[in-house]
Amino acid sequence: MATAQTQMQTKWWSGGKSPFNVEYGKLMMWYFLMSDAFTFGAFLISYGTIRFSQNYWPDPNQVFNAFPLAGHANLPLAFVSLMTFILIVSSVTMVLAVHAGHKNDKQGVIKWMIWTVVGGIAFLSCQAWEWAHLITGEHAVLINGEITNIGTTVTKNPWGPAADVASHEGHHVGTPGPVAFGGYFFGITGFHGFHVLSGVVINIVMLIMAINGTFERKGHYWMIEKAGLYWHFVDLVWVFVFLCFYLI
Amino acid sequence: MEHSNSSEITFHHEAGGDEFIKKVIKTTILLSVITIIELGLGLAMYAFPMAEAFKLFLKGVIVILSLAKAFYIVGIFMHLGDELKNLIMTICVPLVLFIWFIAAFLMDGNSWKNLRNSRGKSIVPVQQTAPAAQPASAEKH
Repeated sequence: MATAQTQMQTKWWSGGKSPFNVEYGKLMMWYFLMSDAFTFGAFLISYGTIRFSQNYWPDPNQVFNAFPLAGHANLPLAFVSLMTFILIVSSVTMVLAVHAGHKNDKQGVIKWMIWTVVGGIAFLSCQAWEWAHLITGEHAVLINGEITNIGTTVTKNPWGPAADVASHEGHHVGTPGPVAFGGYFFGITGFHGFHVLSGVVINIVMLIMAINGTFERKGHYWMIEKAGLYWHFVDLVWVFVFLCFYLI
Repeated sequence: MEHSNSSEITFHHEAGGDEFIKKVIKTTILLSVITIIELGLGLAMYAFPMAEAFKLFLKGVIVILSLAKAFYIVGIFMHLGDELKNLIMTICVPLVLFIWFIAAFLMDGNSWKNLRNSRGKSIVPVQQTAPAAQPASAEKH
């Protein structure tokens, strides 16, 4: 391969060029993403530490079993799978936008950036529904000998082990679970959701710049590439959020 | 900043055309299939009663599958696989810190649980008794 030979023959550290063969902004985006990986990693590891320190932890299949318009149907993990696929697909449309940028294909960039923005907004809408459902969906729980209805918030967790008393109007009654569950769930998915939100804003700015011909005048679409790196990172983090909160 | 080609870049990666699109489609299918397998394992743990040790094994499999997904997203979608080896190393080597980070903290959490259990004070009561037998001094969580 020609590029392999160029790589071998170039004196990368002799000055006058990037020793990593990337432009400054892109290199710094990579290092920012690496540091952001540590931020997310620290949050997830903190969650893991608390979870390992508890004798009981809620089963995600029981907590996340609702689907919009499906009423009380028991559909474990169905909705979050949909969210995962939305994010993967929007990552793919971003790859295609970057690819169109490499070919200086303005219409292609615009088309795929629009789809990426749509995917991001769809994901955020799903997350809003899921949060609202968790916070407002109340469950009968035995607290200090009294049956109380509570939702999942940062201070309340109805997903504890089953109580001794058999049932309450035909429903099983639980006990409060570890409070840390809500705090970590809303904290980490919220931090990820904020990344998605900022990614959508960045993508909209890129879309407007592409439509206005800013990149065409510059002669390259490198900005799309950098926004793309950020957007893929958001998808990458979701792989691990999905793993830690919903799967295991 | 109006130059169209930066002198920083020595050579450009080929745009690739249709070949690259094929690679993207292949990666997308692979990511979807891995996700479906993960979901299947996650649901199997819920649907079928199984030994704790086997459950732990399945969770390990799911973690490895997620790492594979991460590898494909970073390597293909983010094009890190096409960069110079030195650049790849400056990003991947610091991430090795995660090995210590995860092991140390999870072990710490586990030890915390063991200590608390052996000293008789548990944050989460294993069982809560029926209303009548409940002492007034029940802990608030």
